[in-house]
Amino acid sequence: MSTAEHTPTDSAPDAQKWVDVQNSPDFAQLKHRLRSFVFPVSGLFLAWYLIYVLLADYAHGFMSTKVVGNINVGLILGLLQFVSTFVITTLYVRHANKNLDPLAEKLRHELEGDAS
Amino acid sequence: MSNNALLNISIFGVFVLVTLFVVIRASRNTKTAADYLAAGRAFTGPQNGIAIAGDYLSAASFLGIAGAIAVNGYDGFVYSIGFLVAWLVALLLVAELLRNTGKFTMGDVLSFRMRQRPVRAAAATSTMAVSFFYLLAQMAGAGGLVALLLGITGKGGQAIVIAVVGALMIAYVLIGGMKGTTWVQIIKAVLLIVGAGVMTLWVLGKYGFNLSTLLGAAVDNAPKFGEKILGPGLQYGATATSKLDFLSLGLALVLGTAGLPHILMRFYTVPTAKEARRSVVWAIWLIGIFYLFTLVLGYGAGALVGSDKISKAPGGVNSAAPLLAEALGGPLLLGLIAAVAFATILAVVAGLTITASASFAHDIYANIIKKGEADDKEAEVKVARRTAIVIGAVAILGGIAANGQNIAFLVALAFAVAASANLPTILYSLFWKRFNTSGALWSIYGGLVVTIGLIVLSPAVSGTPKSMFPKLDFDLFPLSNPGIVSIPVAFLLGYLGTILSKEPADPIKQAEMEVRSLTGAGAEKATVH
Repeated sequence: MSTAEHTPTDSAPDAQKWVDVQNSPDFAQLKHRLRSFVFPVSGLFLAWYLIYVLLADYAHGFMSTKVVGNINVGLILGLLQFVSTFVITTLYVRHANKNLDPLAEKLRHELEGDAS
Repeated sequence: MSNNALLNISIFGVFVLVTLFVVIRASRNTKTAADYLAAGRAFTGPQNGIAIAGDYLSAASFLGIAGAIAVNGYDGFVYSIGFLVAWLVALLLVAELLRNTGKFTMGDVLSFRMRQRPVRAAAATSTMAVSFFYLLAQMAGAGGLVALLLGITGKGGQAIVIAVVGALMIAYVLIGGMKGTTWVQIIKAVLLIVGAGVMTLWVLGKYGFNLSTLLGAAVDNAPKFGEKILGPGLQYGATATSKLDFLSLGLALVLGTAGLPHILMRFYTVPTAKEARRSVVWAIWLIGIFYLFTLVLGYGAGALVGSDKISKAPGGVNSAAPLLAEALGGPLLLGLIAAVAFATILAVVAGLTITASASFAHDIYANIIKKGEADDKEAEVKVARRTAIVIGAVAILGGIAANGQNIAFLVALAFAVAASANLPTILYSLFWKRFNTSGALWSIYGGLVVTIGLIVLSPAVSGTPKSMFPKLDFDLFPLSNPGIVSIPVAFLLGYLGTILSKEPADPIKQAEMEVRSLTGAGAEKATVH
């Protein structure tokens, strides 16, 4: 590793430690818990958003169908985008607090504790 | 309305005095680069979340979206949905990992496991490009707003006001640094959201808190389009090309936010990744609620002011929210809302300026020119301050030149550049082990060149009466927003650049970056005073 070309951030543990932690089962578990949540959920909300934009773009008649009074399908689907955004935010925070933070903290203490 | 100009200026003057006082107080502890560029990393999640909302809810959001809904109905609403859903990308994929691996700039993260100098230079170039487009949009908006609020219709008078806005903004950034700028954002966000909230309740109250009745009244007062304003298609539904343009815009909006350098930089002002997460959660709620307000305000302006009157007002579509304020609460509310709109532009411009100057000072000066060896933090701050003056001057000149251009359109271009040049590189760096220096350079420069190239060749720049240069004709690319082409191309270039390069990724640096990004080990701590 050429130190001149890279950020001199190796203040805490030395290079081999990073690799060891990366190969540890705890870290694999943390990585799995993060990715198995954020990747599918990202796919889901992007697909849902894309469907909405395509409907607004190409299905004017359907989106203009009135449901209650002057409230039409388009307005309801648009407001549901707000709802899904708020729901996903809340679910992610719950997941991160419960499943990610404790494990990340444990690994961080192992790494930084060793350094001192 | 020029009778009220004095009132408008006085209310705005009070805002400037109060924020300057706060900025000066906040700047007393600014000593190191971490203080100046990242506010000592001492803001809490909620404080930073409010500041993010302040940075994000620009004049384009407030004036542009409310106006678009008032005149073109439903299509304006889709803008706000794109702007909001985009935050999930930031929350799930970017914010925390970025906070854990960087110090001050986007370049910190992108260059982490790459060869420093070329990748930092690329990241700084793209940061400057996005910030420049965004700055132009805000400064152009300032001109239009002045026309409306102070009754200054001459281009010369507007130019003077743009220069004053620019000078004030430079003062904020020079004195307050990131901490002062953050406080300006917080004050502005609170004023903006409370102001919009009061107007929303007021409008709804006039229609018995029944959204359906409000929509009916908006239809009745839209003789040209009638019922059509409740459904999509008025602004973008005319031809196959305009529909494709709408899709392209939708993509750029949803993928651009998490690549906006001035938003990314805000994540460094909090002490930990967990606080970065809390700030995004606060931002999502505030921004979401604000966009719900703009829906009511847009249709409310349509109902109470009328789309004809809005289109013909000085400032055009952007005047919907101020005109609604006048219709509701007379000159005083107009003055308050006008001051809030001014404050919005001022605060966003300050945020953009500190981002661009931080990128120059940290990425180019400290890490490329000084090769990261001269740890002279004072020099870094000095360079950042000087750069802020230069950027401020460029923004003033650019804003005078861009005066009259559509704000929302210019902002959408900034989003297209961010989504193409920045987001692919950020995601690959964080999640793709094999990604290497050549891949990073290909996706940044490739995304930048393709996006800007397509914009130059688009009808927005030449070929139609509404273009920037209506008399020239080189619009070879049919869409005004390049996102639908440039975003996939940039992802592809990042992939090709990586697999075609013989230089493998640095496995040890990759391990360090991945472990740090997920655990927060070795992350920059808050400074203690």
